[in-house]
This record gives sequence, structure tokens and C-alpha cells, in this order.
Amino acid sequence: MTPAPSPEALQAPLVVEFPFTRSLGPVQSAFLTGLRERTVLGVRTTDGRVLMPPVEYDPVTADELSDLVEVAPIGTVTTWAWNPSPRRGQPLPTPFAWVLVRLDGADTALLHALDAPGPDAVRTGMRVRIRWAGERVGAITDIACFEPYDGAGGGRAVPHTGEFTDPVDGIVAPARLDYTYAPGRAQSRYLKALAGRTTYGERCPSCRKVYVPPRGACPTCGVATDEQVEVGPRGTVTTFCIVNIKARNLDIEVPYVYAHIALDGADLALHARIGDIPYDEVRMGLRVEPVWSEDGRYPDHYRPTGEPDADYDTYKELL
Amino acid sequence: MREVAIVAFGQSDHRRDTAEISEVEMLMPVLHQVLDAVGLRAGEIDFTCSGSCDYLAGRAFSFTMTLDGVGAWPPISESHVEMDGAWALYEAWTRLLTGEAETALVYSYGKSSPGDLREVLTRQLDPYYVAPLWPDSVSLAALQAQALLDAEDTGADERALAGVAARSRTAAEGNPHAQLTGSPPPEALLEDPYVVRPLRRHDCPPVGDGAAAVVLAAGDTARRLCRRPAWIRGIDHRTEAHSLGVRDLTRSPSTRLAAERAGAFEAPVDLAELHAPFTSQELILRRELRLGEGVRVNPSGGALAANPLMAAGLIRLGEAAAAIHRGAADRALAHATSGPCLQQNLVAVLEGDDT
Repeated sequence: MTPAPSPEALQAPLVVEFPFTRSLGPVQSAFLTGLRERTVLGVRTTDGRVLMPPVEYDPVTADELSDLVEVAPIGTVTTWAWNPSPRRGQPLPTPFAWVLVRLDGADTALLHALDAPGPDAVRTGMRVRIRWAGERVGAITDIACFEPYDGAGGGRAVPHTGEFTDPVDGIVAPARLDYTYAPGRAQSRYLKALAGRTTYGERCPSCRKVYVPPRGACPTCGVATDEQVEVGPRGTVTTFCIVNIKARNLDIEVPYVYAHIALDGADLALHARIGDIPYDEVRMGLRVEPVWSEDGRYPDHYRPTGEPDADYDTYKELL
Repeated sequence: MREVAIVAFGQSDHRRDTAEISEVEMLMPVLHQVLDAVGLRAGEIDFTCSGSCDYLAGRAFSFTMTLDGVGAWPPISESHVEMDGAWALYEAWTRLLTGEAETALVYSYGKSSPGDLREVLTRQLDPYYVAPLWPDSVSLAALQAQALLDAEDTGADERALAGVAARSRTAAEGNPHAQLTGSPPPEALLEDPYVVRPLRRHDCPPVGDGAAAVVLAAGDTARRLCRRPAWIRGIDHRTEAHSLGVRDLTRSPSTRLAAERAGAFEAPVDLAELHAPFTSQELILRRELRLGEGVRVNPSGGALAANPLMAAGLIRLGEAAAAIHRGAADRALAHATSGPCLQQNLVAVLEGDDT
């Protein structure tokens, strides 16, 4: 049960997604290419054990390993766990058993899924074989899963060159994680006020500095900032840069200016884009004010107010 | 060798969801609690080390935000590990041993509520052979539990696992910070359905948010800051091979070795705080640590009562130290784990001076 958050706390969905591109060493390349070709390779250690799945260094001795062998696609379950509700990304969409399987000819076990009708059909010591995926690309998922098997054993490991035509030299591993992001008390207060076009900083009870945007703690004193202080809306450009690289998914013409802006009444500069002025006329000390888009919950950018520039001494501590 | 002690410990109330507060808002009261206990300000601490993991809440560089709660300006001497805070404590301990610091602040926190923890933890696995299968953390623990149930030399059965759960959560009734307290008797627990067979709900730790902090101090500084310091007599951490299929999942040689190196077997302990998120893991740890029936195990309720990731290991060290501080233990063992199926283990031996 997840209790409802207190009414003042904001929440929003957050998706973190990366397509990791990973290169393979010689042993992993041979193993994954082998799976594509329905050939299961292990690697022999210097003391004669066969590691499957194979690795490039012996986990016990740290010896570099390269002595590849072929093992059977048939093996024995060494432990199992019944998964009644498969989750996103797992090998089978229907209930299955997670299994560690020691293939015939190997001395170590591989983690994968076993397709079985129910937990009563699974036990440690049962015999299983690989069910190959219909489309194979050189990845651990080329093994679709294991399935029960009652045929002959697979025998001993036999030497293998590890050579295949067109070997895979990398994998792309997409990873997606879904979150419900909650920014906490101080930032919720800030964001809510901002949607109403008011900017709130928060004052440190110890050093009296006003932080904007507030994050809940004074980074100098290490205490909670809980006194809200309205700041701005006008402010002063303390420093800036000229951006010449167009960002993907961002509809802003380059070059444009991105600046640190000390809002009036704040003791920390925030950053925003400066618009409505040629980029090469932006300067330190320029007085600016926010420009809100029609239904924006935060300023689209800042523009010059037309006031005289601020004196350097008024913002030098905020650089 | 220089004497180093845990002189203060604090923790948050651990809860399933803390959506109303940010990480620093959750952590800061705990930092204040331990600093107040020793009468020091953050600027008077010589070294600060934290442990956390950005993947839990999906928040990049979250540890830089929580440093705001310390008050890190002017710049402090500071470090961070992407591990449980027990390993941050280990780093701080080595720093104190060098003589470069007299005091250290160690803290850690985890907010698992924003994400799906079972899914998030798949991202710590071997990215070539294992992570593409998305095996969740409960399933991996279930594979280990089944191996334990199958092994002939352990005598473990599902009743024994339920016994660990019932004992832990009953003990947690005395722990005001615990997330899960109280339990039906073991026989009643066995009537529940499996989550991932052979694990039932009671065999698994609660998912939740929480924070913890300790202060370390050396020699006479420790004696000045604490009436009865919890001296770290030994501390060591070891890891297993990363591939589950090369390990004997019923054993934990890394725990045994860390305990030997920490001096755990040189004299009996009267208290053990074990970081065993799953019931089956307590049975494995008890054997490796040779804990007899006379040793009180997890009077706090352990990780089965509250398991805020990245903090739960540090809490074991803190609970053991707090028992020494208040005279409830004289020689205590604390253990922390990290990774799937007891992948990596830390053992510390803490002692109080004769009273």
C-alpha cells in the first residue's frame, strides 16, 4: 500500500532510458556468436574446470582464459524459483521458473528461465534443454528459455576454435526504468508559486541568505530553510555564455545567450535564457525580467527591462 | 594501531513512501541528531563520507544535493561511495587510522519509493549475460533460498525461514524506527501464498525509504565525545565472484573470510546485527559467523523490519554500536551486505570498555 502524499507535495512521472552499447572481448564475442549459431561454448580454466557461461578471467585464480570448449544444450537444474507473475523484460510472458542450469560438460551454471506448466513440474536435479529463439542476433536472449527434457545426456565438453563467420563484437542493451518523481517540500512550494508567476526563495535561519530555487537546506549552514521570501521578478545578469550548438528537441535559434541571473532579493543566481536582445549586446549587469509563455508554469526566458545596468558592486558577491 | 570508535548513531523512521520530502529533507534531521549527540558542528568534523545510489530514486548526482544538509561550504574534506553506508564507514575508518582525521561523519540514505525496486536492482547485474533477462531481486533471493532448502547439510526448511521472520518482526516491536513490526506465529505465516517460490511475503524485506548516520572518533577524542565508545576492534569486507552460477549459494565464504580478518572468532560476541534482507540469508550468515544459540541476533528486527537500501547496512553497525553505548552489549558483531544473494559482505567487531 502506498499512502497518498500530503496535498502540498508535487509528483510527476520520470522515465530514465538508455540504450547501452557494450563491446565484447574475445570470449564473450565467441559465446554470444555461438548462441546465434546454436552452439554453446564454455571456457576451460587452468585447473581444468569448464565455466559456462564463459568469462575472460578465472573468478578464482584471475588467470586469463581463452581455451574454448563446446558443451551440450542439455543440462541439469541446480536450483529454481517459481515466478508466478513475470515482469517487463523477463524471458517469458507466462508464469515460469527461474533456474540455474549446469549444462552437460560444464562445471558452473547459467541463469535463465524454464518453461514449465507449474511449480509442481519443477525440481532441483531435473533435466532440461535449451529452446532456441526463432530469431537470433548474438545475445543471451538467443536462448528463449529452457524446457523439460528426458532424452540422452550431452556428454563431455569438446574443444572449439570459437571461430565463426561474421562474429558479433558488441551488444545493445536497452534499459528503461520508470519512476514517480517527487521533489519534496521546498521545491514543491517553489514550483507551485512559480506556476502562479511568483518566485519564492527560502531564507536560511542561520546566515540569513535567500536561496532560489530553494532545495530545503542551506548548503553553507546545513540547516533547513523554511522562511519563504518573494524575490524578483526583476534581476541582474551576473555572468553569461553564448550558445552556438543547437540542442536536439529544442526549438531555439542559435546563437543565444544563457545567463546567471541574480533576482532582486536573492543571494544565489539562477540560470535562464536571455532573449529579445541581440546576443552580442548581452552584458554583465544587464537588468532583466521574466517573460512568461501563454500557459507556462515557469518563465520562458528573460528580457531586458530598459533600466540602467546594475553597478558591479551590487552583484559581485553573487558571481 | 590507532583506536577508532563509533560515538553516535541516528536513523530516520523508515517508511514505505516519503513523497512529501526530498532526500536532503529526509536526511538532515538525522545528521543533526548525531552531531547534537556529540556536540559538534559539521564544520568541526574532519572527514565526511556518504553512501547512496542514484538509481533508487532516478535522480542523478543526488549525493551532491544531500551534501547541502551537511553544510559543505567552505569546502569540507568529503567523499562518497555508490554503496551502502557501511562501506562509507569503512573508508572513514581508514582515514582516521592514517591520523589525518580525529572525527568523521558517515551517513547514507535510500529512497526506493519513486521507482520499482525489484526492477531497478536488475541494473546492478552482469550486463552481458544476466541483466538482459531482468531477473528481479526477489527471484534471485528465491534461487538462493531453494538451494538452501535443497542442501542436505543445513536442515533448513520453510518453517525455519518463517521462524526468522516472526522472531525479527516481533523483536522490531521495540524499535520505534522500524517499518514492519509484529508477526503472526510461524505456522500461520506458512499459510500465505508464495511471492516467488520458495519465498513468501514474510521472507522478504519491506521496501522503504530511510536514512542513517554515525560519528566516528579516534582515541581520547572518542572518550571525550561518548561515555562508552563502541571501539571498532576489526572491520573487513570481501566479495564473491559476480556470476551466481559459479557460487555455492548456500555458503558465504566472503562473510567467513571478512569475519576472520575482523577478528570475530577470537572471542565470543554477545550480540550480532546481521544484514540479512531475506530470511534464508540469516541462516547462511549464522553458519558462516558461527553464531551460537546464546548470541542475540537482530534485536532491532534487522533488515526484515526495515531495509532502506544503502542505509540498512550502516544501520546494523549503528544498532550494534548503540547497544554498546547504552551498556546492553560488550562485544558485538555487525554485518552488512550488498548485491544479489549476499554478493559482498562486511563484518565489524565492536567492543565497549569495561564498566
